[in-house]
Amino acid sequence: MVEPYALDKQAKQAFLSNKLIELTKNHYVRCVEYQKILNTLQIDVDKLTSHYDIPFLPVRMFKEYDLLSIEKEAIFKKLTSSGTTGQQVSKIYLDKESAANQSKTLTKIVSSYIGTRRLPMIILDTSTILKDRANFSARGAGILGFSIFARDKIFALDEDMNLDIDGLKSFLEKYRGEDILLFGFTFMIWNHFCQLLKEDDYGIDLSKGIMIHGGGWKKLAEKAVSAEAFKKELQEVCKINRVHDYYGMVEQTGTVYMECDQGHLHASIFSDVITRRAKDFSVADIGEKGLIEVVSVLPTSYPGHALLTEDEGIILGEDDCPCGRLGKYFKITGRIQNAEIRGCSDSYASKFK
Amino acid sequence: MTNLEKYTQIFTETFGISAEVAASLEYQQIQEWDSVGHMSMIATLENVFEIMLDTDDIIDFSSFEKGKEILKKYDVEV
Repeated sequence: MVEPYALDKQAKQAFLSNKLIELTKNHYVRCVEYQKILNTLQIDVDKLTSHYDIPFLPVRMFKEYDLLSIEKEAIFKKLTSSGTTGQQVSKIYLDKESAANQSKTLTKIVSSYIGTRRLPMIILDTSTILKDRANFSARGAGILGFSIFARDKIFALDEDMNLDIDGLKSFLEKYRGEDILLFGFTFMIWNHFCQLLKEDDYGIDLSKGIMIHGGGWKKLAEKAVSAEAFKKELQEVCKINRVHDYYGMVEQTGTVYMECDQGHLHASIFSDVITRRAKDFSVADIGEKGLIEVVSVLPTSYPGHALLTEDEGIILGEDDCPCGRLGKYFKITGRIQNAEIRGCSDSYASKFK
Repeated sequence: MTNLEKYTQIFTETFGISAEVAASLEYQQIQEWDSVGHMSMIATLENVFEIMLDTDDIIDFSSFEKGKEILKKYDVEV
């Protein structure tokens, strides 16, 4: 089995550059739109030597265009990003192979934190999210993706988003003394779980729990809830100690960045983060805030292997996190302002017209 | 009931199909065997045969036939 955090800087650079340049060449041949973009940027795919030189597409390109490198007949699944009504959503097209690779990679990465044994799992969400099976939101897809780690699972919220205390208690009773996996979205956990247990803990003891949560901090930042406060509160209301945030996006499903026990997000060997300076897109230093570019070896069916996100963050170090995992570790500091989004990606996109 | 009968019944009952359809079924070939249906079929399978599949085997479980091969690894002959 491939160890997801086993390569040091030099080995990972060689591995990723090789894979990602290969992917660039494939997408160049198979996706007409991608070819046009690279031609406009005067990129010679045969002269690329490092994945740092591969042009990054702004994520919004997947909202505005159908970008795919496979025949329409080979489309197996279409993923869409979450977006509020009226907002355009990203459309990501997968063939069977790329869909399976996403699940396999997610499994390898997450196993490094929770082990390879499948666990009883509490999903801190409502089962109605999976009702419309033909059309999942990113939230539904996230729940399904992580469900592979469950050997038995319950949804903790009913259709009106009320916590099912009795159901939760009997599930915990059934698996007393065992590790329990909890999964949900950061804001929903805060609103529909944490706040409720704050008023009355109902005797819920999750000291054997391992929580994985994601989806971003934007809404909690508005309420001035920090990552530290989130963890502390959870510890107080249900005794849970092991809480892992993750960072990831629908455009690169599978290659998630999991938070270690030091509070750092880690890049596995299947993907990487590069921070770039907003003024000229040059590569930012370790410790310097920049726009987050994500690269991933998984997107074979669409040209999404090098993407510029709308998030800002800081690379904290490489190969030397006290948790022992090799590779870069980083934190997300927030989302760029709307004006800036339009600024940089519009000017970027306008080059292709 | 033989293992093959049990195995077939998991498919016919989970997906609401006949045994003939089940025998050549592949993942995503019918609407019912989507990713949600997959997890519920796997859960039933694990209960019936009292096994716990590895995550990789859940992902590789791509057809009725492939499933039989995977079950061999868990000492279940279908």
